[in-house]
Amino acid sequence: MERLGPRRAPLTWRVATVAEKRPETSNATTLVLDVPDWPGHLAGQHVDVRLTAEDGYRAERSYSIGSAPEDPRLSLTIERIEEGEVSPYLTDELRDGDQLELRGPIGGYFTWETGDGGPLLLLAGGSGLVPLMAMLRHRAAVTSTVEATVLVSARALDDVLYRDELAALDDDGVTVRYTLTREQPAGWTGWSGRVDTKMLRELGAEHAGVLRVFVCGPTGFVEHVADLLVQLGHDPHTIKTERFGPTGG
Amino acid sequence: MSPLISRGFGGKRRRDVDPSRVPPGQYVVNDFPVLSAGPTPTVDLAQWTFTITGAVDERVAWSWEEFLALPSEQITTDIHCVTKWSKLDTPWRGVSVDALLENVETAAEFVLAFCDGGYTTNLPLADVTDGQAWVAYEYDHEPLEPVHGGPARLLVPHLYFWKSAKWVRGLQLLDHDEPGFWETNGYHNRGDPWKEQRYWSD
Repeated sequence: MERLGPRRAPLTWRVATVAEKRPETSNATTLVLDVPDWPGHLAGQHVDVRLTAEDGYRAERSYSIGSAPEDPRLSLTIERIEEGEVSPYLTDELRDGDQLELRGPIGGYFTWETGDGGPLLLLAGGSGLVPLMAMLRHRAAVTSTVEATVLVSARALDDVLYRDELAALDDDGVTVRYTLTREQPAGWTGWSGRVDTKMLRELGAEHAGVLRVFVCGPTGFVEHVADLLVQLGHDPHTIKTERFGPTGG
Repeated sequence: MSPLISRGFGGKRRRDVDPSRVPPGQYVVNDFPVLSAGPTPTVDLAQWTFTITGAVDERVAWSWEEFLALPSEQITTDIHCVTKWSKLDTPWRGVSVDALLENVETAAEFVLAFCDGGYTTNLPLADVTDGQAWVAYEYDHEPLEPVHGGPARLLVPHLYFWKSAKWVRGLQLLDHDEPGFWETNGYHNRGDPWKEQRYWSD
């Protein structure tokens, strides 16, 4: 069957099967899904997930895709929101072999392909790392030589998603730096506190006009980081952002 | 195909919300999430204008002070974001698009809203007239905050909220439909939440 590709396939509901659940941190879990006839996606895109209760009641939420387009399985990393309706079900209740409905891929703006070039500057707040990780995984899967600099802001080291994988990527054209905003382990040599101009300069962010910049995270993080980038001389049109609010599921 | 039942999923139905006010696939929030494709623009009110342009006999423009002097309305309405949240009974103040077009002669059938930051969104003229759309500059009796689109945003509550363009600076009247920013990035051309017109193929 001809693949229509991520921009052309109609967004119909598909039944995905949970192939694996992988705990990432104390409150985030990756769902690895088999999705028959998945049309493919671009790194940075998301899917809608739909749950249906026995009485027909439904809830829908959006989740970023974490897997590379080259990965035969689709992975979503779900941050558990304590009072949420959907995320606690996905992280706690769902089991291997369970099915759920999803549709996608969605979003044609916050995306990156190796052909778009670089260098990349990826700025992640908390679980905002998920779509940016898809970009890094895509880059690795096609052995791209595009340089990528990643800043991960998290409350504590244990809250950082994909730590081992990021450590393995941190070489060969990829630079990964961390800032921990709440709690630093003994002997911490990374940055501490909120992202600031000094950090951004050290990451090479003053090279406005050259970099492809993606910022993803909670609203406060994105507003703050995007403002700093504009102050550093970046054209606002070149900064791609994705925000998620305190609301969620 | 019978619907797939999600084993063990009960859902959290909100008892305090009238389900007839919540479009399919939406859930009601109490806070006010922020979604934008780029940084929040810094707007100098001394330079701000609102312009009606395009297929009109005469271009019309208002300065910020002139705009505030236009007859305004208090609007309380439900809003629905394509990212699934809905917020009920949101209080706004703004100028109706009907009032802005009152002295404008045009044969146009479409509008393209344009904004600081370069954002655009397209609408049929019929969706922004007859008391269906405003340019709002107050939320909850306070000046509209920049993250929510201040100093002024379009308010078209009967369509998904990306049509309610933040940081709006004018309307270009067109004799043809011209898809805007999200409409060329995978989202639906019209965006009726009650028909769940989220994405281009819906």
